[in-house]
Amino acid sequence: MVVPLEHVIALSMILFSIGVLGVLFRRNAITIFMSIELMLNAVNLALVGFSRYYNSVDGQVFVFLVMTLAAAEVAVGLAIIIALYRNRQTVNIDEINLMKN
Amino acid sequence: MDISQFFTSADLFGIAPEIILTVTALSVLTLEMLHVSRPGIILMVAALGLFLAGALAINTSGDEQILFGGMLVLNRFSVFFDFLYITIGLLTLIFSQGYLEKRGSASRGEYPALILFAIIGMMLMTRANDLVIVFLGLELLSLSLYILVGFLRHDQLSNESGLKYLLLGAFATGFFLFGAALTYGAAGTTNYNGIVTAITNNTILSDTYLFLGIGLLLIGFAFKVALVPFHMWSPDVYQGAPTTVTGFLCTAPKAAGFGALIILFNRAFVDIHYQWQDIFWILSAMTMTIGNISALIQHNVKRMLAFSSVSHAGFLIMGILVLNETSISAVLFYLVVYSVVNLGAFAIVSAAEQEERGLNLKDYRGLAAQHPWLSAAMTIFMLSLAGFPPTAGFVAKFGLFSAAVSQGYIGLVIIAVLNTLISIYYYLRLVVNMYMQKEESTLILSYKMLAIVFVGLIAIMMIILGITPGYLLEIVTEAASTVA
Amino acid sequence: MAENYLPILVIFVLAAGFAFVSLIITHLVGPRVTNAVKMMPYESGVDQVGKTRIRFSIRFFLIALLFIIFDIEIVFLYPWAVVFKDFLSAGSFIFFEMVVFLAILAFGFIYVWRNGALEWE
Repeated sequence: MVVPLEHVIALSMILFSIGVLGVLFRRNAITIFMSIELMLNAVNLALVGFSRYYNSVDGQVFVFLVMTLAAAEVAVGLAIIIALYRNRQTVNIDEINLMKN
Repeated sequence: MDISQFFTSADLFGIAPEIILTVTALSVLTLEMLHVSRPGIILMVAALGLFLAGALAINTSGDEQILFGGMLVLNRFSVFFDFLYITIGLLTLIFSQGYLEKRGSASRGEYPALILFAIIGMMLMTRANDLVIVFLGLELLSLSLYILVGFLRHDQLSNESGLKYLLLGAFATGFFLFGAALTYGAAGTTNYNGIVTAITNNTILSDTYLFLGIGLLLIGFAFKVALVPFHMWSPDVYQGAPTTVTGFLCTAPKAAGFGALIILFNRAFVDIHYQWQDIFWILSAMTMTIGNISALIQHNVKRMLAFSSVSHAGFLIMGILVLNETSISAVLFYLVVYSVVNLGAFAIVSAAEQEERGLNLKDYRGLAAQHPWLSAAMTIFMLSLAGFPPTAGFVAKFGLFSAAVSQGYIGLVIIAVLNTLISIYYYLRLVVNMYMQKEESTLILSYKMLAIVFVGLIAIMMIILGITPGYLLEIVTEAASTVA
Repeated sequence: MAENYLPILVIFVLAAGFAFVSLIITHLVGPRVTNAVKMMPYESGVDQVGKTRIRFSIRFFLIALLFIIFDIEIVFLYPWAVVFKDFLSAGSFIFFEMVVFLAILAFGFIYVWRNGALEWE
């Protein structure tokens, strides 16, 4: 049985929306980061779905690059979060607000 | 299988500037590993690499070249942007001398290396003819910038702005990528030429995917170049970042973002461009108005310049709304003037910056008495940003407005002119503080001779360009003619 | 059809045999040290029983960061290996391409090493 393209894209859109909501409503920097990863993986799902639909590998190559980017972003992100935590002892973004006029 | 169609020596020669910059960045890191203690040497090597890359970029100018099976396109437009990035990079390196040490960070080879990586990313963005390459360039740029913004590890403001930039930047990346995925789904290819073919032959899988895709791509770009309502990160990030990085951040990536946006909408989505004009209109009006009004109430110079750069993005998007040869050349001219002037202004701010001081507008009271030349240069920069007649800023704004008027966007131009009038207030507030106040300035400026020479050169250039803009106008018209 | 799976069965047997033989040999020849640390299920690493909100040493994060970066590069090696033979007929470009990629990766590794990020103490 072949899963129709619309179902794959619908699932991908749902996952993407969950990720967006997570970014908007969570307050912990690490959790926000995980939500962003969810968004990126939703994109990967959509790319693989389209790739199979068109029988082309373009989308799959794109997925590889997105995965690498996600890893690089996590590395840089965690490094920044650790540096911040060392100075401030918190990763709650409501408390990270030194710059409000 | 024949792969010679994908890789030829012409391809490798075409990306020679990128290769040179990569090698330079790695050499800079090697020098740091070998504990070459004088930071001047590291900056010199980086500058040398930039010069070399620039020289190689010249060689490739001429006819349009299509590289790597249609992934990259080299033409006058991309060469123009290559030069803009290299100039911004060189100026940033010159203005950065001694700044990190002043802020208590050990001078490290990572700083110039990250700037070089960011430049490679931007070059890829404006050379791209494929969504994959734009994505790669954008991310190479963004990742370097996240680290640069949070470079002062022991500074809480720098940490905070690094985290904010990272979270919102990664969020924007998500939107950009989903847009790219849906566009790929609609057209069956990520190549710009392929997308055009799919649109003109009407072989689009579904209009929903395509329009959702373009919308999400636009949101991604809007985040990266700070268009209202996606600009919330910019004042905080600009304020907390090391000042020399702020100068880099508000110029080069913005140029790259607009360059990539022009190519994307002018090459890939050109046939459906008219369906996006209303959205660009609203974005432009909102961005310039909200940016300007927010800038009025700022007391911190960096925040003020941040909101001012938001409003400039609103002016620039007007040129993309019109999207013909005149308006694109006006955008390019505007980008040059805006970038160079902002770098100069941030260079002076970074010289004035001390512990807890030098960032407030009040700190600049009476500065003209102690530093008449620097104050004069700062005045020229502010007048140029506001768009006063004898400066290059006037020519830039005039070109952009007349391009919009000639296509009938009278309403938007009226809003833009009103905004220009509002902006005079906050630009001149700094000038008034420097000249009109009787108080003795207590600011101690620390700068390197070379940096001051370049600040002076920029100021003189802005006046000369304001009087005789012909030469630069010729260059930008030629560059614009290759895409329009 | 079924005989196509024979190599997999052989691998299974070899793997199980190797594990079994190793266990027996260490049991017979290895010295016995029993103390509290030795008897823990994971001798090195974090205590696995207790509150979940313990504070990890920052070094774990650092190693994890480096691991993620170097681990994910496999993603490019695998497709390269799949098409390697097809592309080799068109010249050695594909080989040197990967050499350059690995050289940059190795440079990153040396950089990390020289900057002391791999030192535990």
